[in-house]
Amino acid sequence: MKRIISLLMENEPGALSRVVGLFSQRGYNIETLTVAPTEDETLSRLTLTTIGNDHKIEQITKHLNRLVDVVKLVDLTEGSHIERELMMIKVRATGAQRAEVKRCVEIFRGQIIDVTASVYTIQLTGDSDKLDAFYHAVGDAAILEVVRSGVSGIARGEKVLGL
Amino acid sequence: MEKLSGGDILIKALADEGVDLIFGYPGGAALHIYDAIFRQKDVKHILVRHEQAATHAADGYARSTGRTGVVLVTSGPGATNAITGIATAYMDSIPMVVISGQVVSDKIGEDAFQETDMVGVSRPIVKHSFLVKDQRDIAETVKKAFYIASTGRPGPVVIDVPKDITNPVDKFDYYYPEKIKLRSYTPATKGHTGQIKKAVQQMLTARRPMIYAGGGVVQGNASAQLTKIAKMLNFPVTNTLMGLGAYPGTDAQFLGMLGMHGTVEANTAMHHADVILAVGARFDDRVTNTPNKFCPSAKIIHIDVDPASISKTVPADIPIVGPVDSVLDEMLELINATNERPDEKAIENWWKEINEWRNRYGILSTPRYDTTGEMLMPQEVIRTLFEVTKGDAFVCSDVGQHQMFSAQYYQFDKPRRWVNSGGLGTMGFGLPSAMGVQMAHRDAAVACVTGEGSIQMCIQELSTCLQYHLPVKIICVNNQALGMVKQWQDMQYDSRYSESLYEDSLPDFVKLMEAFGHVGMRVTKRDELKSKMEECFAMKDKCVFMDIYVDPKEHVYPMQVAPNGSMRDMWLSKTERT
Repeated sequence: MKRIISLLMENEPGALSRVVGLFSQRGYNIETLTVAPTEDETLSRLTLTTIGNDHKIEQITKHLNRLVDVVKLVDLTEGSHIERELMMIKVRATGAQRAEVKRCVEIFRGQIIDVTASVYTIQLTGDSDKLDAFYHAVGDAAILEVVRSGVSGIARGEKVLGL
Repeated sequence: MEKLSGGDILIKALADEGVDLIFGYPGGAALHIYDAIFRQKDVKHILVRHEQAATHAADGYARSTGRTGVVLVTSGPGATNAITGIATAYMDSIPMVVISGQVVSDKIGEDAFQETDMVGVSRPIVKHSFLVKDQRDIAETVKKAFYIASTGRPGPVVIDVPKDITNPVDKFDYYYPEKIKLRSYTPATKGHTGQIKKAVQQMLTARRPMIYAGGGVVQGNASAQLTKIAKMLNFPVTNTLMGLGAYPGTDAQFLGMLGMHGTVEANTAMHHADVILAVGARFDDRVTNTPNKFCPSAKIIHIDVDPASISKTVPADIPIVGPVDSVLDEMLELINATNERPDEKAIENWWKEINEWRNRYGILSTPRYDTTGEMLMPQEVIRTLFEVTKGDAFVCSDVGQHQMFSAQYYQFDKPRRWVNSGGLGTMGFGLPSAMGVQMAHRDAAVACVTGEGSIQMCIQELSTCLQYHLPVKIICVNNQALGMVKQWQDMQYDSRYSESLYEDSLPDFVKLMEAFGHVGMRVTKRDELKSKMEECFAMKDKCVFMDIYVDPKEHVYPMQVAPNGSMRDMWLSKTERT
């Protein structure tokens, strides 16, 4: 099962490598990974998605918690949450395809953010399933390049991941 | 406030932390620090002959005293040579602080001379690491390092210090913090009371109980509490390889070590137990054999300070995260407060069963080795060592058959007397760790039990023993081969001895010892073993090497059947099985 683990860690050199190193060292997979500073400049927020059964996820969260740089951690998939990912995608758009791609973008509520005579650059946000669905809808043949940000997430309601 | 250079701050901080000894080896990037050492008297430095030995010596010091071992090495090769010792300490949760010199800050990343990314290289085998970037951070970093290394589940911490940070010219205010708080590091200080109550309840209803205690009891200084609980409830106790000495080895309630080379009575009792109290143990694969066949009918209570150790390989029914001493204290209080006791009749029957196994298979109750043949047996060497030292020596073991024989045949009545590389299994650990133990206990009998294979991995340290007058007694169980490798080759590879034999290339250890200024003895006969060993230990101020020739064909038994065996499936000899 896919899990979204989000954590606050010290904004210090080496902190990220400890988290990433833990995964390779213990044979866990990282599907996506995003890191950025937070409103508190001493902290970074790291969100990663991984796949595993309950036992494996429990081990992952325990080992992450054990890292001295990790301040707080939450498995967002344990409660209701909002998950977002940004995708920028270049697709070939010529002839009849031009209108077809545009319609598809509208259906998925994306935006065309750059245009040339033969190429659209499209921006799309949503959960990972939606982004996957979009490029299936557009069709492999038309896709020139895909950039995805990796998943970010936040809990619904009043729950806060803070100090 | 006094103003000090970075190098002086570092050493002063160590002194203020209470460090009396550091083990190390100088080199370019560490020279400012070494100069600071020269100009003071509080911290004594022991010059080893190889950085690996510095880490093992600090490790032995830490294991035998409970204090944090300290290592100082230079950058590059100095740092990488220390890696094996850091990994050894990491696997056995030993508190250690390793200070490594680093190239000057503005050369980092330029492949400078003797540059290695020490923080990166050591990352998977440290509890934490620091790269110091400012002289003003040194004292606090030292404080943090010792705090992290010695609290919670202990482990090694690396402090990498670029050379410019320790330069003698720039001076800064020195202040050593009394206390430190880390928002991201808060080890458990107490177990969950509800869980402890549940555990005690479970223990009081046990009919076939077992206490399975590991290195955490030794590290957590909880032997007294553990012994009390076992005595009050009349529970049988087994120790892991790391836990030997946590419960008195000569006590009747002690069943010996469990696991791969554990006793039949300990492993069989584990297999049939209905309640297991696991304390400071981590259900290592050398203990459990096949995890899903592990103790099929047992409710498992697991106390550990490290939550990640709980339910890692074997799920715990009642997990308790907390320091073992305080959790066991609480358990004792609860047991004292109630009149309830486990069913006496059931426990009595359980002991009857266990004693039958013990009488039939026990390694100390029935002779498991032949003492009528021409050659000495490795087991009798260890038994003789036990007798000669009256069971009261510090025994620092290397890795291999002799290590298992020591664990089986030397009965440790006190914690911190048995020093061995259990998790990583580091050959070469024995001699340098014995030096660290001897430095901490100058008048104690310190034995390094080794083999002719292991000893050659750190034999250069004989020179260190001379420099610091370390009267370590080296008991070399010489079977003229890499015994444990050869045993596996016998058992699994039709005795094809691929690269496990020396073919008459062994040095004359007696002459070698003389060359190093020590005493060497060779023993080949049964009737001279004890008298020579007594002679050896009588030389209180001499480092002595006993080169004891033993039967090269002997295997370590019992041995669990693998793969797919349960705890009780064991080889008893080359031909018999349980």
